[in-house]
Amino acid sequence: MDEVLLRTLIPTVIGILVRRGADFAAAEDAVQDALVEAVRVWPHGAPRDPKGWLVTVAWRKFLDAARADTSRRQREVRVEDEPLPGQGVGVDDTLQLYFLCAHPSLTPASAVALTLRAVGGLTTRQIAQAYLVPEATMAQRISRAKRTISGVRFNQAGDVATVLRVLYLVFNEGYSGDVDLAAEAIRLTRQLAVKTHHEEVAGLLALMLLHHARRPARIGPGGRLVPLAEQDRGLWNTRLIAEGVDVLQTALARDRLGEFQAQAAIAALHADAATAEETDWVQIVEWYDELVRLTDSPVARLNRAVAVGEADGPRAGLAALAGLDPALPRHTAVAAYLHERDGDLVTAARLYAEAARSAPNLAECEHLTRQAARLNAQLRG
Amino acid sequence: MAKYLLLKHYRGAPASVNDVPMDQWTPEEVSAHVQYMRDFAARLEGTGEFVDSQALSAEGTFVRYDGEGRPPVTDGPFAETKDLIAGWMVIDVETYERALELAGELSAAPGAGGKPIHEWLELRPFYGESPTITE
Repeated sequence: MDEVLLRTLIPTVIGILVRRGADFAAAEDAVQDALVEAVRVWPHGAPRDPKGWLVTVAWRKFLDAARADTSRRQREVRVEDEPLPGQGVGVDDTLQLYFLCAHPSLTPASAVALTLRAVGGLTTRQIAQAYLVPEATMAQRISRAKRTISGVRFNQAGDVATVLRVLYLVFNEGYSGDVDLAAEAIRLTRQLAVKTHHEEVAGLLALMLLHHARRPARIGPGGRLVPLAEQDRGLWNTRLIAEGVDVLQTALARDRLGEFQAQAAIAALHADAATAEETDWVQIVEWYDELVRLTDSPVARLNRAVAVGEADGPRAGLAALAGLDPALPRHTAVAAYLHERDGDLVTAARLYAEAARSAPNLAECEHLTRQAARLNAQLRG
Repeated sequence: MAKYLLLKHYRGAPASVNDVPMDQWTPEEVSAHVQYMRDFAARLEGTGEFVDSQALSAEGTFVRYDGEGRPPVTDGPFAETKDLIAGWMVIDVETYERALELAGELSAAPGAGGKPIHEWLELRPFYGESPTITE
């Protein structure tokens, strides 16, 4: 059974049920039930028409649930087989699902879970595993999310920016459990890029491709984090880089710059350097200037300080860092790095050890501890 | 089978034998330590005795209720003297002796100079399930 093919069918099948008259929440439940059944029975013989099978089974599940429900709550149920006139005509269901699942009334965690289920076609169990929470917890998160958006009309236009934030979150979660969330985020963004011609969708897709290309080089033996400058660039996936650069150039040519395009441009400049020394830091600083202008984000300013440190020397980097809030995540790690470049190993070692204590994850904590250890060993001679 | 919690402390436990802070080790020693912990967990998965392992960030705060309509009171982070848990591993083993044996192995993780840390780990049994058959 091709699980990815199965998953690509999910939003379409939800759309079909909604056009037949099911409300979104009920349609989504029914399709999830059908999906779970498909995972169970398809390995023993996949149907010749997978989509038809899913529609049939999901519709039956929907009718069963609706009948049970009607007897309780007298809800009106439409059971026509044909699309209702005026509903959904000319509207792309999958695109509508993206908007609905990323609706601004949802919390980011809920929007992520709902998107992975209704658009991504993952089962609740898979999503729960990926986020390391019990399945019952994830099921509740999803059903609460569906209640939150129950008043939103399915054909209401949404904001692409909110969808992109959700996909960005999924991508950043990376890899845990048996689902590769980064690959899934790329698949969903690719699918979205086909349906809209929004420059920032292309920008985000390019950003994901360029970062995903470096993944094989980012983790060393024993889960060790390998910083960009030390990565074996021969391990970078050149096919993904070429695609990312291509997608980015097409987007940039439309001359409507956004934050994801700017971030992708920075990633592309890194990808373009055959060695760390050949990195075009001057251009990278210029892109960070754009990014700061576009987002006014303190994180962008922090990263800019690193780039300035490379382009104009560590003193300039430290000066750029001076104006920023020391409570920013990774501020201390950046300060440590710039002090080391400036030759102040004692300060750098102290700051690396301090940064390790407030690291946001174990891999970074270990990496920063190793940096402190390296400098302390050097200082001992 | 019985479940046990192996608790590792940032501070609050008696000092270990090889008591050198991690940032004073060599980078290779840090890597060797991390690898030892990974291998240990992987081996317990292999023997069917592993349940869970988590590491905690080094910062924490005490919080308590302060009455209706009032925000909770917080206290901390605390000075060096207070107990601070670094992380845990939960194991599911046949006997108490096996739990002791595994805790001993985990405490032997290498530290400075590549020598065992002899770190004090806290071993705590979980309450078991009430038996179905009681007489």
